[in-house]
Amino acid sequence: MEGAADHVATLVALTLAAGTPLVFAALGELVAEKSGVLNLGVEGMMLVGAVVSFIVAATTRQPWLGALAGAAAGAAMAAIFGALTLSLMANQVATGLALSLFGVGLSAFIGQAYVSVMIAGVKPLSIPGLSNLPVIGKLLFAHSPFVYLSLLLCALVHVFLYRTRAGLVVRAVGESASSAHALGYPVVAIRYLAVMFGGACAGLGGAYMAVAYTPLWTENMTAGRGWIALALVVFATWKPERVLAGAYLFGGVTLVQFQAQAMGLAVPSQILSMLPYLATIVVLTIISRDAAAIRLNAPASLGKPFHPDT
Amino acid sequence: MRLRLELRPAPSRIMAWVSPLLAGMATLVAGFILFSALGKDPLQALHVFFVKPIETRYGLGELLLKASPLMLCAVGLAAGYRANVWNIGAEGQLTLGAIAAGGLALAFPGADSAWILLPMIFAGAAGGMAWAAIPAWLRTRFNANEILTSLMLVYVATLLLSWLVQGPWRDPDGFNFPQSKMFADVALLPILLPGTRLNAGFLIALAAIAVAWLFFARSLVGFQMRVAGLAPAAANYAGISAKRNIWLGMLIGGAAAGISGVGEAAGPIGQLLPSMSPGYGFAAIIVAFVGRLHPLGILLASLLMSLLYLGGESAQINLALPSAVTGLFQGTLLFFLLAADVLINFRIGVIGRKAANAAASTALGAHV
Repeated sequence: MEGAADHVATLVALTLAAGTPLVFAALGELVAEKSGVLNLGVEGMMLVGAVVSFIVAATTRQPWLGALAGAAAGAAMAAIFGALTLSLMANQVATGLALSLFGVGLSAFIGQAYVSVMIAGVKPLSIPGLSNLPVIGKLLFAHSPFVYLSLLLCALVHVFLYRTRAGLVVRAVGESASSAHALGYPVVAIRYLAVMFGGACAGLGGAYMAVAYTPLWTENMTAGRGWIALALVVFATWKPERVLAGAYLFGGVTLVQFQAQAMGLAVPSQILSMLPYLATIVVLTIISRDAAAIRLNAPASLGKPFHPDT
Repeated sequence: MRLRLELRPAPSRIMAWVSPLLAGMATLVAGFILFSALGKDPLQALHVFFVKPIETRYGLGELLLKASPLMLCAVGLAAGYRANVWNIGAEGQLTLGAIAAGGLALAFPGADSAWILLPMIFAGAAGGMAWAAIPAWLRTRFNANEILTSLMLVYVATLLLSWLVQGPWRDPDGFNFPQSKMFADVALLPILLPGTRLNAGFLIALAAIAVAWLFFARSLVGFQMRVAGLAPAAANYAGISAKRNIWLGMLIGGAAAGISGVGEAAGPIGQLLPSMSPGYGFAAIIVAFVGRLHPLGILLASLLMSLLYLGGESAQINLALPSAVTGLFQGTLLFFLLAADVLINFRIGVIGRKAANAAASTALGAHV
């Protein structure tokens, strides 16, 4: 009996570990979208965050410093996006696509020399006594520090958006930029901050993969997680706490392929690897069916450029 | 003196075509800086990147060869983008086109007539359209965002191809490599220029450019799709069906990408491999934008983008630079284009020193 419980605890731990990059990236994008900006460049920001964190971790042997650098790199990528869409009023969809394509190219370019490098990544938590407890230890006290960080981030984003004045202003800017502007709020500056926060979170999600989850660097290692994170924001109907549910659902789906292989199921690995992508499509479809609910929950100014003259 | 963006009364038609030139030049400057920073002689590096690949007849053939899938995918995508239908899954539709045509070629290994190419092209178009129909259906029936669904299907298509060439379609005599048998010689597109790899796929791409020009500029449906893209409310009022536009936009993009997949499978590759394209489907998004969603612009932009691919290979061989530099240049080009595009709708106004001084002294006066 304890063996089975222990097995379940292991599965839960693996699910949390697999879902965490999505938690970071989706929470960041959620805040950006709440301010009315749709940034499709999450995949690119995650990749650049991953490669920069890996390079810094490999050269300084400080994985946490790497994670910090990864977040900064993600924010820098987001600043490029902000300069184009917020200062120069470029189309957000096209610019986001450009950011993703650019991020894929940039990360492959600067990461080429680090492809087979090994680093000592961030180790999972190990609290003497607690982490070794049967079942409970695995469930509560033995995850990667990033997992706890992502949960904390989720709580903070929720509190910020719904319990602080600054969060209210961000939401107001996302609902009606021109009204917020008329009230004297610096719409563009607020959107810059929200977008760069989103970039930092995406970078951190990528960094978690590069310096803790795997820990190594390979080209395109995020494998579409940035796009899945975008779908998650819709799935969560722009509510931070629902992001967690979605992310762990996908973490679980990713796990199915390893489990099935371990159990010796005769399904080709490629077919199993399709599951997270197919699940994204199915989930997105189910949630989008209710067009009224999407309209109700989506920030009303989402994707619309803002210029005081117009 | 301060600079300020002022809204133009009407979008500038001149800037719409000057902006890609500005972006191209800015990309060159960025390349100059990048190569210098990497410790290469920038002029020599730019020569290696942009001139050396097309100095020979073979190189010119390669330029047109690689431009073919790019322009084909890009005109297809442009049909959708003009109507605000954001299909970004051309890479997956290309893969499905290659799978469908390749399956046909592999099913008839003893084919002895080049007529097999015709059904292969139709199969490729059908494969691409089927793949594009999924996001179209999910969007029109369930309101699911086509950007995300079409992109997800790229991963699914790549995995499907990977499974086929490692499983049921693997060449039994291929030393366990993940690849299919080679196609029969008649199932390969004929070479246009002897001594190069340029094949008839280029003619198909050119024909698509011509057809797209007719469709965009001279057909009612093309006009209606453009209206729906520029002014959705007006299109709705005029009774133009939004659903029909989504279906058309996606299916045209899927068919074009599928045919370009045939061009790769039955062209330079000649068999099915785990990857049929070095990201042509994604690069085509950039081609479509740089080409202003206009067939002629797309033709020119596809040549430029093809040159970036060749330049990346050349830089890898001659300068020991990672070939990923291609992706870097592609992304940079699109960034500069999007930045320069601001000049279409806005002009740069200069708030003169006098005005600024006056403003400052008023502010000061208010303080005093």
